[in-house]
Parts: sequence; C-alpha cells; structure tokens
Amino acid sequence: MKRNWLKGYAWATFAFLYIPILILMVLSFNASRISSVWQGFTLAWYIKLWNSSLLWEAVRNSLIISVATAVLSTVIGTLTALALARNRLPGQIIIEALLYLPVVLPDIVLGVGALVLFSAMGIKLGLTTLLATHVGTILSYVVVVLRARLADMDESLEEAAADLGAGRWQTLWHVTLPILAPGILAGALLAFTLSLDDFILSFFTAGPGATTLPLRVYSMVKTGITPEVNALSTVLLLMTGIATALFAKLTGDSAEKEST
Amino acid sequence: MKGRASFGWLLLSPGFLWLVALVAAPLVLMIFYSLSVKLAPGTPWPQGFTLAQYRRLIDVLYLRIFLRSIAQAGAATVLSLALGYPLAYYIARLPKGKRERLLLLVIIPFWTNFLVRTYAWMVLLRAQGVINSLLLYVGLIREPLPLLYNEWAVQLGLVYTMLPLMILPLYSNLEKLDQRLLDAAHDLGASPAAAFWQVTWPLSRPGVFMGGLLVFISAFGMFIVPDLMGGSRTVMIGNLIQNQFLGARNWPFGAAAALALTVVVLVLALGAERAARLNGGVKP
Repeated sequence: MKRNWLKGYAWATFAFLYIPILILMVLSFNASRISSVWQGFTLAWYIKLWNSSLLWEAVRNSLIISVATAVLSTVIGTLTALALARNRLPGQIIIEALLYLPVVLPDIVLGVGALVLFSAMGIKLGLTTLLATHVGTILSYVVVVLRARLADMDESLEEAAADLGAGRWQTLWHVTLPILAPGILAGALLAFTLSLDDFILSFFTAGPGATTLPLRVYSMVKTGITPEVNALSTVLLLMTGIATALFAKLTGDSAEKEST
Repeated sequence: MKGRASFGWLLLSPGFLWLVALVAAPLVLMIFYSLSVKLAPGTPWPQGFTLAQYRRLIDVLYLRIFLRSIAQAGAATVLSLALGYPLAYYIARLPKGKRERLLLLVIIPFWTNFLVRTYAWMVLLRAQGVINSLLLYVGLIREPLPLLYNEWAVQLGLVYTMLPLMILPLYSNLEKLDQRLLDAAHDLGASPAAAFWQVTWPLSRPGVFMGGLLVFISAFGMFIVPDLMGGSRTVMIGNLIQNQFLGARNWPFGAAAALALTVVVLVLALGAERAARLNGGVKP
C-alpha cells in the first residue's frame, strides 16, 4: 500500500520533469506560428533552421570550441590528475584549492572574472578567449573524473614496471595511460558536453563574432518565442540525450570490466 | 624523493598555469576593481580607491535583492527536496536493472541544456502558451492569466531546473542503505513510518545535506531562470551582477557583488564540508 503511494509520487515527479520537455518537442512540429493550439503537422520550422546561416555559424563555433576544450582540458587534466594521484607534492594544497574553485563557484562569477581579465589586458573577445575560459573551468571536472579512476587503479602494476627497469615516462606511456584510457575518454566526453552546454561563461567571454549554439538560442528566446526555437531546442535535446547515453554506457562498461 | 616531486610539478605545470591565469588572476583582479571608484573614462581599467561599493551592497535596495535570492534559493532547496526525496528513495529500492534505467531518466534532464529547460516552461506559461490556451478553450478563464514574468514563475523554474541536482546525491546515498537495517527495525516492531524516521532519514542526512547544498548554491547564483522567466522587477543577485557588467557598465560595483556572492558560496561549501566531516558523514 505504502509502496503504491510512493510509486505514484515518484512517477508524478517524473511527469513534472518530462512533460514540459515533451510538449516543447511536440510543438516544434506544430503548423501554427503564434498559437500553442495544434494546427497540424509540419517540418517547416526545421527546414527554416536548416537554411539559416546564422545557425550554422553557431553550430560551427560550438563544435570548434567543444572539441578544442575537450582535447585541451583532457590532456592537461590527465597530466594534472597523474601528478596528484601518486605524489604528495610540496605546495599541493595550492593546486587543490585552484581546482576546487571552478567546481564550487557560480559560473557567473567565473564569467565576469574572465571578462574583467581579458578587458584589463586588452585582449579582444572571440573564440580564443572563449576557449581559454572553458578550459580553465572544465579542467577541474576532468581532473575529478580521472582522479577517481586513478584511485581505483592497482598501483602495483606501476611498481612492477619500475622494478623491471622502466623509467617514469616509459611507465606512464606503456602502463598507466593504457589502463587509464577509458577514464580519459569519459573525461573528454564530459568536457565536450560541458563545453557544448555552457551558456554563462560564453555569454561573458565570447564577444559578438563567436556566437555558440546556446548563445544563439538565448538571443532567439530573448527576441520572441517562436516555433524555430522549439525546433532548435528539440535538436539540442536529442543531442544531449545521445551524449548522455554514450557517457553512461562508457562509464558503465568500464565499471563492469573493473568489477570482473 | 626530490626527483619525484619535480616530476610531479612538471606534470602539474600546464594545469597550474592555466588555473592561475583564468581562475586566480580574475578573482584577484576583481578585488582591485571592487575597491575602485569607477572605470577610468573610455578604458576598462579601475580608477581611485574606495570602500563605497561594499557599502552600497548593504543599501536597502541591494540588500533586498540579496535576501530575495536567499529566500528563493532556500525555497527551491526545500521544494526540490520534497519532490526529489521520494523519487530518489523509490529508485534506490528497485531491483538493479530497473534502477539503472530509471536513474538515466533523472540524468537526461540533468544534462539537458539549462536554456532549453527554462524555455520549455516559457512555452507552457506565456500568455498564448499551452496552459492559458487550454484554460481558455475549456472556458475556465476569459483572458490569459499572467503566469510568466513574475517571481512565482522564477520559483517554479528554479525548482524545475534544480531537481535533478537534488535527486542524484540523494540517490547515491540511499542506494547504499542496508536493507537489513530496515528489516531489523521491522522485526523489532517498528512501524514503517517509525523505521523511516529513525533509520532511513538519519542515515540519509549526508545525501540531503549534499543535495541541499548543491541546489542552494546553484540557485543562489542563478542568472538564466530569473532573466528569462522573471519580470523586470524580479531580480536575483545573478541578474544584478550581469547588469552591472553588461548593462550599467559599473564594473566596480558588479565586482563587489560578485565577490560577495563568492564569499557566501565558499563559506557555505567549506562550512558544509566541515560539518559533514564532524558528523562522520564524509565519503569513504
């Protein structure tokens, strides 16, 4: 009896989470331009999106930034995680604090901070400033993922390599990194998704020439609620769904592998 | 040993430099800005020295924005706990395969773009939106209700966008709950309600704490939801900061507000961590 009550409550909460999103998706196929009442099925809004050069520019910028952020923050994040995992370094607390800040501080603080920095140094806002800011923030999340991986890793393998005469770099390259590979991939995917999804940091550091997809959505929403935004939102929703499922599969698979 | 440390710092240096340049340096710069009088005309550089920006923060007008942000973030925390706890508990007690599938249903909204989730509610609430159209059609109202662009809409938007952030830590806590404890409580004659309040709830407090902290901090510094769903008068601290930097171009005051937000968030986060450690609720 109590179980039924709980089940009902839980599914009502799921409904609360999903109904707005589902309605949005349905309305992206609605023929009416202004009303929310169903007027028939159309793909017109998707076709309009497809033909919009502004949108393609945003897609291009978003992909450049997300891929570059994923690569840079994964490479740098892996090095950082490796350095922190095995050593007690003098002054380690400083980097721990620096890594902690982007995770805990609101994005708006990091965003205006970066804006102030670039302006004070006379650096023009654009794709480069956007990339630098994304890496600075997202790096911390990659490090968190990789440190968790490294903590689970069997240290004796590295010790064995060292005993067999491998140098530090050899051990790193031939032993540690291959074992860490699934974690690195998961970190890269996380960085890609966080960067693709980011609005606030981009809002303050992108400048007029570097509009990303979320920035484009924002300016469209600000100018008016139109079916094109519904369509674009639906596309973004599907992209997120795929990325999430991929990430879940990737981390789930490697977790299974470890437990066997 | 010394060689090991220098090897470590060699690996660390790119990350360290990046973080110093893009996290530490901006915060230090903002301290300078917040202590200045204004931007030197025609430049992005601060001019003069004053504490006036911080005094202005405790002006009634701005203090009210601060308090309103606290109230709305607090309400969002309580409401998302009320909605999220039963859901997290329900998922955590399911058999393993089903559990993972339902958990994915929580993770997908969590990863869905914030703007999109906020926008979905605008579609529902606006004057020609789904809810108003429905009510008009049924004949319950004659004119559209002003559902969007007010603080209730903001509150709803906050709860909606924050809910997954509450559920995930709650779930990972409740999942670890040992069923045998509940069986024991039952065998000793505890009613389900008593078992919940005396066993489950106390043990889940670290999860509640963590979820509550995440939701409160994120809602407190929120910009998108009040910006899109609030009216011109519903301003939270995030909007205030954005406006000082991009609208009013009063960077010194904006920097002071951003640093005040930073301090509140850091005090909360570090305090919570300390409290969790003292309670023994620290992660293994």
